[in-house]
Amino acid sequence: MKVKVISRSTDEFTRERSQDLQRVFRNFDPTLRTQEKAVEYVRALNAAKLDKIFARPFIGAMDGHIDAVSAMAKNPANLKWLFSGSMDGDIRLWDLATRQTVCQFPGHQGAVRGLTASADGRVLVSCGTDSTVRLWNVPLPSHAQDDSSDNEAKPLATYVWKSAFWGVDHQENGELFATAGAQVDIWNHNRSQPINTFEWGKDTAISVRFNPGEPNVLATSGSDRSITIYDLRLSSPARKIIMQTKTNSIAWNPMEPMNFTALNVQEKRKSVFYTWVGALLFTYGLRLDFVLYNLLHVSSHAALGCWLLTCYLANEDCNCYSYDVRKMNEARCVHRDHVSAVMDIDYSPTGREFVTGSYDRTVRIFQYNGGHSREIYHTKRMQRVFCVKFSNDGSYIISGSDDTNLRLWKAKASEQLGVPEAVSSIAESFACLQLLPRERKNHEYLEAVKNRYKHLPEVKRIVRHRHLPKPIYKAASLRRIMTDAQRKKDERRRAHSAPGSIINKPLRKRRIIKEVE
Amino acid sequence: MVVKVARVQKTNPLPAVEQTEEEKMSVKKYLRGEAADLGELQDKKLKGQLAVREELYGKSAQAAAQAEKWLMPSEGGYLEVEGIEKTWRIKQDAIAAEVDILSLRKQFDIVLPDFGPYTLDFSLSGRYMIAAGKKGHMALLDMKNMDLIKEFQVRETVRDVVFLHNQKLFAAAQKKYVYMYSDNGTEMHCLKDHGAVTKLQFLNKHFLLTSINKLGQLHYQDITTGEMIGNYRTGLGRTDTMEVNPYNNVIGVGHSGGTVSMWKPTSAAPLVKMLCHQGPVTAMAFHANGHLMATAGMERKIKLWDLRKFEVLQTFPGTTKSMQFSQKGLLAAATGGSFVQVFGDLSGSQEYSRYMGHSIAKGYQIRKVQFRPYEDVLAIGHSQGWSSILIPGSGEPNFDTWVANPFETRKQRNEKEVRSLLDKLPPETIMLDPSKIGSVKPAMKKKGPTKQDIEAEKEAAIEDAKKTKLKKKTKGRSKPSKVTKKKQEAIMRAKKPFLEKQEEKVKKRKRVEEENQLPMSLQRFARKVPAS
Repeated sequence: MKVKVISRSTDEFTRERSQDLQRVFRNFDPTLRTQEKAVEYVRALNAAKLDKIFARPFIGAMDGHIDAVSAMAKNPANLKWLFSGSMDGDIRLWDLATRQTVCQFPGHQGAVRGLTASADGRVLVSCGTDSTVRLWNVPLPSHAQDDSSDNEAKPLATYVWKSAFWGVDHQENGELFATAGAQVDIWNHNRSQPINTFEWGKDTAISVRFNPGEPNVLATSGSDRSITIYDLRLSSPARKIIMQTKTNSIAWNPMEPMNFTALNVQEKRKSVFYTWVGALLFTYGLRLDFVLYNLLHVSSHAALGCWLLTCYLANEDCNCYSYDVRKMNEARCVHRDHVSAVMDIDYSPTGREFVTGSYDRTVRIFQYNGGHSREIYHTKRMQRVFCVKFSNDGSYIISGSDDTNLRLWKAKASEQLGVPEAVSSIAESFACLQLLPRERKNHEYLEAVKNRYKHLPEVKRIVRHRHLPKPIYKAASLRRIMTDAQRKKDERRRAHSAPGSIINKPLRKRRIIKEVE
Repeated sequence: MVVKVARVQKTNPLPAVEQTEEEKMSVKKYLRGEAADLGELQDKKLKGQLAVREELYGKSAQAAAQAEKWLMPSEGGYLEVEGIEKTWRIKQDAIAAEVDILSLRKQFDIVLPDFGPYTLDFSLSGRYMIAAGKKGHMALLDMKNMDLIKEFQVRETVRDVVFLHNQKLFAAAQKKYVYMYSDNGTEMHCLKDHGAVTKLQFLNKHFLLTSINKLGQLHYQDITTGEMIGNYRTGLGRTDTMEVNPYNNVIGVGHSGGTVSMWKPTSAAPLVKMLCHQGPVTAMAFHANGHLMATAGMERKIKLWDLRKFEVLQTFPGTTKSMQFSQKGLLAAATGGSFVQVFGDLSGSQEYSRYMGHSIAKGYQIRKVQFRPYEDVLAIGHSQGWSSILIPGSGEPNFDTWVANPFETRKQRNEKEVRSLLDKLPPETIMLDPSKIGSVKPAMKKKGPTKQDIEAEKEAAIEDAKKTKLKKKTKGRSKPSKVTKKKQEAIMRAKKPFLEKQEEKVKKRKRVEEENQLPMSLQRFARKVPAS
């Protein structure tokens, strides 16, 4: 006979000294933990409720401008620093951690319309309605702290040009920047005149953005309701679509081009060819040989076809449209929810969501493929929002509005910012906010169960609910009534006319008038 | 001599080992059922997402099974015999001679002849035990240190006693009311709404105290808020057999008419009512996996039921007042007055057979048998006190600190109390199949036969009518003309029901049209084909 019974000595299962951690034993047998799903559901529900309780997205306002904030730019080299320009020509550099002005850049006579920083963060480019482009030297972080008394910077260069500017954007990696005005000009840091100028029609370009993945591609929107894609290696615009309403702003998805890098060997060869052509272009001062042009023309279109480049547009008709550059005849997604014109848009560095600021005094956050916003931010004092930016780490949002303030928000309304480590200054503490590993794991777990049960009605209701200001709520319901009525009318019209005589265009195509190549 | 060169796998850090049968079984355990059938899905996107998720489930089950040998170091108890030895002939003395000194302490008899018979309950971790004599003696014990924590007399009948969420609180069903006591014997509450309760149960995930009283009324009370969640009349008379199915927290009640009914707190009618015995049901027990139920009737039968099919699996002879399944699936039954029999699923094929037996002194009346969780111990409450015997292989050898910890400190207990209150389940989550939570109800749309089906059926009927052979008849009744006529009639007869159905449809459509008759001026806007 052989017998064994369970026998546990206390020493084996408890800690030896009182300073030790308690010993933990696990057994994942499902029969030990019954009703797992019910428990998970209750946890998901509680997590959804707690999220609502902890949703305090507003961190603080940055006061200093004396006119509406018209433009903002991130500093790629410094997480905490942000440039903002206002309608009275004032440009300020803000420290987001302390919410103080670091220095000012005086000089512009009219409104500052565009701001951008070079890739290394050392040079700030601004342009405005006074028809000037100004280059500024950005002080170093150490230098900025030293002489706080004299915090006015002098321009590095001032270029006066023919007409007012509406926007500027710098290449992600490179020397070039583009301005939008009566035409699209490409500038170099060292030249007082544009090195290249593009024009398509007679209308003004409103905004311009370089593609982060392909440095030679840029998109502009014009006052003739057009969106134009340019390739710097070509002498003429690549393609253009005309929509029913004007497009205020454009943003490229920073992550989407990455999805398609190095598809196959052929692909790689093409890019090698490009670098070679690029070098040639540089040496010949962008004078294109005819043969080379032909070569380029053929291959560049092929290249555009294989890069999935998505640009997102903030539009006058309250919607945002995301496009695939390869297929401009229809939008990939229409992001609806704003009730007034969308003024500015910016992408999270993760490429999974973007933020929009609107004339309806709200800031909204959308998923890159979501038809409706996941979040809306508003305060009583915030007026028309003219510019929004995601911070470089994707965890904060900065909005600039008509009430002369910049506002700092959390990108996730209920995110726990963590406890600061032992650091000397407030500024450092801002950068060192960290969650304890156990806290972080708990947050991840709650996020996972919430995601698992998000389709259940109770969880869904709580997660979706947002309090809206009354005017926006009413405007949204009015818009809903109007679109419903229009839809019903269209349905009836279709029912009473000969089959096929009225074509139902999907919303993704409806606002596009035509595509030009 | 051949030198083998071990090749290092670059992709997988864990070497791919051939799975043993045992590992396959444990993977199956962690998969928690079959994978979803994705073949029927129309939505390609959803299908892809679900396929990814299923793959993830498979991987996590594999990982859990692989981690088992490190996470769960303790091995379960066992009793193995050689030759002509039989496990059920082995006495407790023989076991005592073999086991270590720590386990030996778990074999004892407490003789308290004055206040018996005793009923017992263990806390979830198996560390604490409460014993209550019928005549009002109550004792709270720490079974690990063999300490008496508190002992007191209530000086009235105590019919049942049960631990609440931890050992700091317990409830006792006394002569007229249910009382709640703290661990130092202080009366915390008197629950008068329950009436004269015969049996108590506590649902620890829902914080529901469940009772059945002398009038056959079932009460559910939330002990966190004091709210009475449910008060249902079973209508089947007085009973003292009530057990909780640990798998889904459905309450099973055995009645004097031989029926077993199953209840949830949110419906006044029982979920299930099954006739299990010819006579009154005297005891019942549920297996931890929720698929197996044991019932005992007055007609000297113990039955094992498959709760998935509601069918009898096995029947044993014997009467019993108290039964219980252990964590590992052994079934202890107090058969006869002073004999405990333990059945075991030794072959692993849900075929229960004799495993062990134990008889206490003649004349002792056993009132309650209760396995101690996470230990190989069976406690027996009887008229002369209580005894504790060793049943090897009955308890789960590996405990989970976050589920039930026998070595819990005060701080851990306090923390767990808060956690379990945060995760308190609403009473609606009690249902027969708890895995239904979070799943989607399938569309109830009835599918009628399509037009093609009807047409095919009609054709088949006509063909059948054509094929029928007519009897050869005399007196000119089998003339060709008559035969064709008869055949035509048969075909018409076969067609008739189909035509009638069609006609009915047309008539109905017309009637609807007439009802919605538009004025002349608007008729040109009416749809040509009415929606139906």
